[in-house]
Order: sequence, then structure tokens, then C-alpha cells
Amino acid sequence: MAATNTALPASTSKPALGIRRSRTLKIIVVYGLLIALSAVFILPFMWMVSTSLKEQRDVFTYPPSFFPSSFIWQNYPNGWNLLPFNTFLRNSLVVTIANVVGNLLSCSLVAFGFARLRSRFSNFLFILLLATIAIPREVTIVPRFLLFKEVGMLNTLWPLILPAWFGFPFFIFLLRQFFMSIPRDLDEAARIDGASTFTIFWRIIMPLSGPALATVAIFAFIGNWSNLLDPLIYIRSTELYTLALGLNLFRGQNFTQFNLLMAVSIMTLIPVLVVFFLSQKLFVQGVQLTGMGGR
Amino acid sequence: MAMQRSLDTRPPARRMSKMARREELEFFLFISPWIIGLILFDFGPIVASFLASLTEWPLLEGPKWAGLANYVTMFRDPLFFTALYNSIYFGVFSVSLGLVVSFMLALLLNQRVLGMSMFRTVFYLPSVVSGIAVAILWIMILHQDFGLINSALSLFGIQGPGWLVQPQWAKPALILMSLWGAGGSMVIYLAGLQSVPVHLYEAAEIDGAGPWQKFRNVTLPMMTPVIFYNLIVGFIASLQGFVLVLIMTNGGPANATLMYGLYVYRNAFQFFKMGYASALAWVLLVIIIVITAIQFRLANRWVFYEGDLRR
Repeated sequence: MAATNTALPASTSKPALGIRRSRTLKIIVVYGLLIALSAVFILPFMWMVSTSLKEQRDVFTYPPSFFPSSFIWQNYPNGWNLLPFNTFLRNSLVVTIANVVGNLLSCSLVAFGFARLRSRFSNFLFILLLATIAIPREVTIVPRFLLFKEVGMLNTLWPLILPAWFGFPFFIFLLRQFFMSIPRDLDEAARIDGASTFTIFWRIIMPLSGPALATVAIFAFIGNWSNLLDPLIYIRSTELYTLALGLNLFRGQNFTQFNLLMAVSIMTLIPVLVVFFLSQKLFVQGVQLTGMGGR
Repeated sequence: MAMQRSLDTRPPARRMSKMARREELEFFLFISPWIIGLILFDFGPIVASFLASLTEWPLLEGPKWAGLANYVTMFRDPLFFTALYNSIYFGVFSVSLGLVVSFMLALLLNQRVLGMSMFRTVFYLPSVVSGIAVAILWIMILHQDFGLINSALSLFGIQGPGWLVQPQWAKPALILMSLWGAGGSMVIYLAGLQSVPVHLYEAAEIDGAGPWQKFRNVTLPMMTPVIFYNLIVGFIASLQGFVLVLIMTNGGPANATLMYGLYVYRNAFQFFKMGYASALAWVLLVIIIVITAIQFRLANRWVFYEGDLRR
């Protein structure tokens, strides 16, 4: 680590003769570090894949081998069929899609209000919105549970879906920042033509906000897909289990069968990986756009 | 911060005309989903949780007024202090080490090397996949006899510890695991590094600044807002995170990984003590508010906002 510090800026403002050599040296050091660190970061994934393809008896050999002696692709269907994973998959899809749609609609409405409509209260409310990001989950978790219990929604998918339809501060912030970057001339022109505020929102702002909306959709998708806590609290019956809960159940029953466990885990990760690789650019831009770094 | 600056640009409020009143009404209509959600899912619960913290509330029987009894119990409850200590320990080390790792990665990637986006993907990917699949993966990586880490150590003739089985190694193991996800904040730092205006470096060069001085006097000050934000958010998040711990160690061995959130969860959903769980949650809320306030106060000393120059 210390080496990066000194190696990084080594290229500039050196006497002309030394420049080429120090630049070559720097490139070697940077690439060496990058490759070594990449190996460290990627190794757990490789290990996961290799374990998922091993025979049961190969998992617990000593010393452990990195490569499977033979590739048992059958682990994948075998693991999947040990529990009703198709049902879990369906539940996860229902919950995740409902969350994505709910977040998109509610957050963009609210963000439009904050970005475009003037009110004496908007500054105060916006700061309040940002402040709620810091509310710890534990504080609301118990009363929320009691609330959903009171209205008879325990052991249904509703507690996992409903909150998404009432906005999510982080997404609202992200969309507001994006909406504010759209020139106001557009809505003013439309307003002169007699468009209502909602028309401006729906016909002008929304169509221009594809990248920001896509970013919200992606974040919402990935966040919900791996959500374990809420299902753990609200869901009891196996037929309502999401994939995360199902995987947890599977682990409880087959905790020594690392190969099957890894195979099923990988399958639950596939949608996340696909979404990530399809939208990587948006994803990274989204992180930067939010200035999740506060700038 | 960006948000503050943009708030300032709004036209000053004039006396309410009919149109302004209409606009305000529309404003409230548009933000109504959030307002309703705020009352239903945040404020309502916060107030309810405070009231519940003043009761003894076994889930099946209903609440009974108990005054401050829960808070008194808490200060005699050794597990409360264990959980608080564990969470702070984990928060401090995972966030500070995470800062170092992700900042170094960002600096490396900022070198305009060929294949930069590929390396970025590799570093970033682990932070995207989260949840139980990752917990399971790490249970395996940290396994005493067959795990990846101990096999790697055995290549050097070192016998690795039982990471998740020995109390003194359990927290370091979780911290190690959290570092695997450092790519998330790396992306943010990278964006920050790339947005440092080139002219600042040029000016520094003209003044005869060496590479270290440029890093120390240009890069670092320009990055402090980003770093600051990440520290706060990271620390607060780590005080709350417990789902992975619930899966991986369930607080063991010997309560070495009993995190605060896990203790709240247990009291509420395993012991069904709603009152005590609410009191614990409220103490956490107060702690988080205090930490945030202190961090903001300290930030004035060392965080540099570009806008400050213009005022």
C-alpha cells in the first residue's frame, strides 16, 4: 500500500532524461499492483464457481484443491430441486418488480415537486428528506412490524412491497439532482402552450430522464433482490419465501453440502450479475451523479 | 455541498399570489407520496417506538406501562454494552480500513492505465453482490480447515485460526470480509479524483510543487468532502448492519460478534420483548444523532468545500 503512494505521482516534473525511465517504472508498478489486487478480489468468485462444480467428497479434502477433479454440472439442477426454488424465484420477481415500479413512480413524482415547484416549505422539507436517510432501521423496524401486524399483513408479501410506493429518500435525491439539470426553458415553453404541471412532468421531464430512471431501477432491483431482513421478519410460510429466504433455509438443511450450496448461491446471483454487466456504465454514472460523495 | 449551493439559487420567496398558492398546492400534491410514507413508516414508528420503549410489551400480551424501567435495565445489561462495543469496534475498523483500501484503489485506477474499466469492474463487483449468497461464500472462505484463506496461509507454512469460531478472530474476520466490498466507495472516490480541476495541478506545478506536495495540497483537500461523507455514512451504516452477522455467526462465538442491530432484532423477534427492543433502538437513534453532530462539527476544521473560496 505504501508503495502506491510514492509510485503514483512519480512521473511529472522530473528532469527530462529521467522522465522516460521513471514513467516505465511507474507503469510497471501500477500494473503489478492492479493485477495482484484484482487476483485477490476475484479469487472468492473463482473459488465459489470451482466449489460449485466439485463432487461432495472433493469439497473436504486436505489440503484443499482449487480445481475440481471433475466438473459436476449436475450440482446446479440437483441443488435447485431440493427445495421449491421456482416458487422462491417467482416471489422474488414479484417483490422486486413491484419495488422497482413503485420506487420509479413515487420517487420521480416527489423529485419533480422538489426540483420544479416552488413552495415556502420546500427547503425545509428537502432537508428533512435528507435527514431521514440517517434514521436507523432498528428504530422503525419494531413499530413497522406492529403496524403491519395490526392491519393483518403479516405473512404476506405486502410489507415487502408497500413502502416502496411512498418514495425512498436516496432515489428522490438522485432524481431531483437530475431533473434540475434539465433546462427550464422546456417546461416554460410547454406551459405557454397550456400544458398542465402533470403533463410537463409526464411528457417532458420523464422522457428526458431515461438514464436517471434506469439508475434508480437498477439500484432498486439489486437492493431488493438480496434483501433478507424484511422477508425474515414478515414471512413465515415457505410458499411465500423469497430467494434470499429460500437460500437461508437451504443452508440450514444442507450446511455440509458446500458444493450444492455454492451452486444455488451462484444461481441466485445471476440476475444481479446480468443487470450489473448490462448496465455497468449507468451504474457507475449513477453513483457519481448522486454525488453519493456529497459534492 | 451541491445541494446547498443549488438551494441558494432559488428565487427569493415573494408575497403569495394566487399562482404561487396554486404552485404550492401542486408541490404538496407531488410530494404527497413521500409525506404519507414519512408519517406512516418513519415518524409514526419513531414516536410509537418511543412510547413502546416506556412499556413492557411481550408481543402476545400487549403493552403495560413501565416508565423508564427498560432504560434502567439496559444499563445493568452486560450484553447491551457488549453489543455496543462490538458495533463500534467493527464500525471504526471496517470504515477506516475500508477508506484506506478504497482510496488506494481509486488512486491506482486514476492513473489512466489501459484496461482501466476492466480493473474497475473487478474491484467493484464484490460490492454489488451482497446478501446471503455472499455470507455463505465467506463462511466457506473463512472455514478453519477447508477455507480459501487458511489454505493460502498454509502455502506459507502458517496455520490459520478458526476465523469464525475463535472469539478473538471473529471480528477481524468480519472486517476482512467487509474490505472485499471496498469497491463501492472506490467508485465514488474515483469520480471525485477525476473531477479535481486540472488547472489546480498546473498551478501547483508552476509553483514548483512535487508529486507528494500536489497530492497533499491539491488532491487531498479537494477530496475531503467526499471522504467525510463516506466516513459518516459508512460508520452509521456499519452500526446498523447485522444481517450478515445473523447468518454467519448469529452473534457468536461467545458474543464476539453480537452487533447492536442483532441485539435489537433478537429482543424484538426472538425474545418478543417489544418494549426493551424499542428502548435499545432509541438509544441507537440518540447515539447516531450525536455522532453525526460531532462529525459535522469536526468537519468544519478539516473539510474543504470549494464553494468556501467564493464566499
